[in-house]
Amino acid sequence: MHKEFLMGNEAIGKACIAAGVNVVAGYPGTPSTEVLETIAKENDGSVYVEWSVNEKAALEVAAGASYSGARTLVTMKHVGLNVASDPLMSLEYVGVEGGMVVLVADDPGPISSQTEQDTRTFAEYSKVPCFDPSDAKEAYEMIFEAFELSEKYKTPVFMRPTTRVCHSYQSIDVRDYAEYEDHRPEGFVKDSKRWVIFPKLSYANHAKIEVRNEEISNEFSSNERNVITAGDVRKGIVAQGISYANVKDILDNSEGDKPALLKISTPFPFPEKLACEFLKGVDEILVVEELDPYIERHLLLVCGKYGINVKITGKLTGSVARSGENMPDLVQKYINEFMGWESAPCALPETPELPVRPPVLCAGCPHRASFYAVKKAMKGKETIFAGDIGCYTLGNAMPLDMVDTCLCMGAGLGIAQGVGRVKPDTKCFAFVGDSTFFASAITGVVNAVYNQADMTLVVLDNSTTAMTGHQPHPGTGHTMMGEFTDKIDIENILRGIGVETVVKQDPFKLDEAVETVKKVADEPGVKAIIFEAPCAVLFKPETPYEVDLDKCVDCKMCIREIGCPGVVLKDGHVAVDPALCNGCGLCSQICPCSAIGKAVKG
Amino acid sequence: MSTTNIILCGVGGQGTVLASKLTAAASMAKGLDVRSAETIGMAQRGGSVLSYLRIGECSTPLIQSGCADIIIGFEPAETVRALSYLKKGGVVITSDRAMMPVTAALQGSDYEGAKMTDFLKSLEGDLIGKLVIVNTDQALADLGSAKVMNMVLLGAAARGGFLGEVTIDDIKQALVKKVKPQFHELNFKALEYASV
Repeated sequence: MHKEFLMGNEAIGKACIAAGVNVVAGYPGTPSTEVLETIAKENDGSVYVEWSVNEKAALEVAAGASYSGARTLVTMKHVGLNVASDPLMSLEYVGVEGGMVVLVADDPGPISSQTEQDTRTFAEYSKVPCFDPSDAKEAYEMIFEAFELSEKYKTPVFMRPTTRVCHSYQSIDVRDYAEYEDHRPEGFVKDSKRWVIFPKLSYANHAKIEVRNEEISNEFSSNERNVITAGDVRKGIVAQGISYANVKDILDNSEGDKPALLKISTPFPFPEKLACEFLKGVDEILVVEELDPYIERHLLLVCGKYGINVKITGKLTGSVARSGENMPDLVQKYINEFMGWESAPCALPETPELPVRPPVLCAGCPHRASFYAVKKAMKGKETIFAGDIGCYTLGNAMPLDMVDTCLCMGAGLGIAQGVGRVKPDTKCFAFVGDSTFFASAITGVVNAVYNQADMTLVVLDNSTTAMTGHQPHPGTGHTMMGEFTDKIDIENILRGIGVETVVKQDPFKLDEAVETVKKVADEPGVKAIIFEAPCAVLFKPETPYEVDLDKCVDCKMCIREIGCPGVVLKDGHVAVDPALCNGCGLCSQICPCSAIGKAVKG
Repeated sequence: MSTTNIILCGVGGQGTVLASKLTAAASMAKGLDVRSAETIGMAQRGGSVLSYLRIGECSTPLIQSGCADIIIGFEPAETVRALSYLKKGGVVITSDRAMMPVTAALQGSDYEGAKMTDFLKSLEGDLIGKLVIVNTDQALADLGSAKVMNMVLLGAAARGGFLGEVTIDDIKQALVKKVKPQFHELNFKALEYASV
């Protein structure tokens, strides 16, 4: 063992390698992305690692590998689990051979997600056992236990850290290379009675799963991660994950009589026996957990089932907020109220008004140019701009204001079609990025063509998965194993589906781009524009632009029209910040006075 | 418990993460436990970023209001935003250079860094026990590089003895391992730049 300072996700990735994982597949999504990236980076060639086209594909690849005896890991964020849920629900009934860990990162807050869904609740629904680490160290150690449990009971197993565990760093003990495990899968063994799901098999396996989960519940009751800390009074706190870490930190730094504390690290199947033991020592309980009142519901159930008379408080009693994160200040407040402790007065002087800094599209981002071209071309027309998931969701910000809807990966296509069905005169646009196109928009195009919709698809092709940190995808021509492959061409896919008008356009040629949009949008049926320009973060900036103050009349049109962070006000006048400017030249094409030009060196 | 609680704050892309990692590496080299947490994801370039860093034994990487021993601020308004974390009599080391958000430019409002530093000065001797304001434009002109502001601020914190047991030499040793040799001299100069 040796010490390393690791991010929670890095710890999970390293633990998987040390546990001898053979096949890893996933789809990027904050806060899960770094797990797979860590494995790809540390891979000595013995692990097969892929960014799959979406979470469903990832889970199916891993299922096949697990059938064949391999230890496998699938990575995704919580909303990705919705995509992977179809194969996972059935896989739980069929089971696995090699250990399979399904890493799903939840995002309380939410900090960078559409929903605050709770994978613990999904675990119960799908009957898949679940581990819930409270920090990077525990996440590292749990991975080994998760693989063992998976192999012992032949079931996939959830590992579900939350953002603050995924993205916090900690100095932890990690295994030396000599301590790594080595798994050699034997390959797929044919057995149709085992691997082919039929109602009869599902019925038999369902019964077995329920019995097995009772067994695992008992096993979890004696799992030393579900730790009880004795208290001084007949009050108790039950917590999980980062909420537990925050509670423990507060209790460790408090004086006077303390409540008992129970940590639930294995939420499903719920460790009922341990809960009974804890409940017997207290009269009142506060449950501090994020997302669903999962533990709270189970404690209520245990009280009823075993006739225990303890008052359970938490989200369901309004003692803990139903949404958002349990940050330390909030947790302190909950504990103070529960224990009757006094709160320290907060005496911060009133601060001056602070600037707000919402996230914006980067300076030089091609999406800004694409959105602006469509906006100009469609000015005065009845339109719907259906957005999608990616950096380009930020196109909703003022002054662009070009995202009318955003729902989930690939939904923009369907939404544009639906809006058009209600009001056929509307010019319906769906904007989708290249990675999202491959992940889940192709079905939407097929649907539109087959059902003869009237809409314009705008593919914002920046040749990467930018939002999550530039992962490769089928259109980039390289894989996570470091191989170069043929790029899958979006235009060819669209033509193959039957979209007859497909036009490629450089969004930074503004006038030309505006004309292209006008022309394409006027055609009947399903048509597409592919705006091609690489992500601004991925290439070296060109010569920055500058404002000629002799020509500038301070109309501020450049600022009001496109909202580029590189165009700023300095001493009341428009200026280009050379440190931010990417040299895209969009502002110079907007300036009515030709006052913005490439900076002259010297 | 002798945990040193550090807040590093600024605007995305200013180098708070490297400063945080160097301090963590320096602490670990001394055999100390470290935890840290930061914003990743949608808050990329241009957004407010805040890193928590805790040296010594503790259970969570997050810091409660009124519990930070020191705030290292890379941008004056962000320093003010993070002030609620400061323990009474704590240390504030901040850059004086304002970063204008797009929203301010859109509204045509000039946001002034001086307003923020004046506010901080008004709290000195009360909430703020020790205030160090670094003239960033001057520092960058003297050092000849805009990339080492994080080292100027971190150096001031270490030399002032505000990073717990971590000294400027510990930071230098950690830096040698993380930064390419051709940048060592510049970074060392930056670490020694600000007067504390």
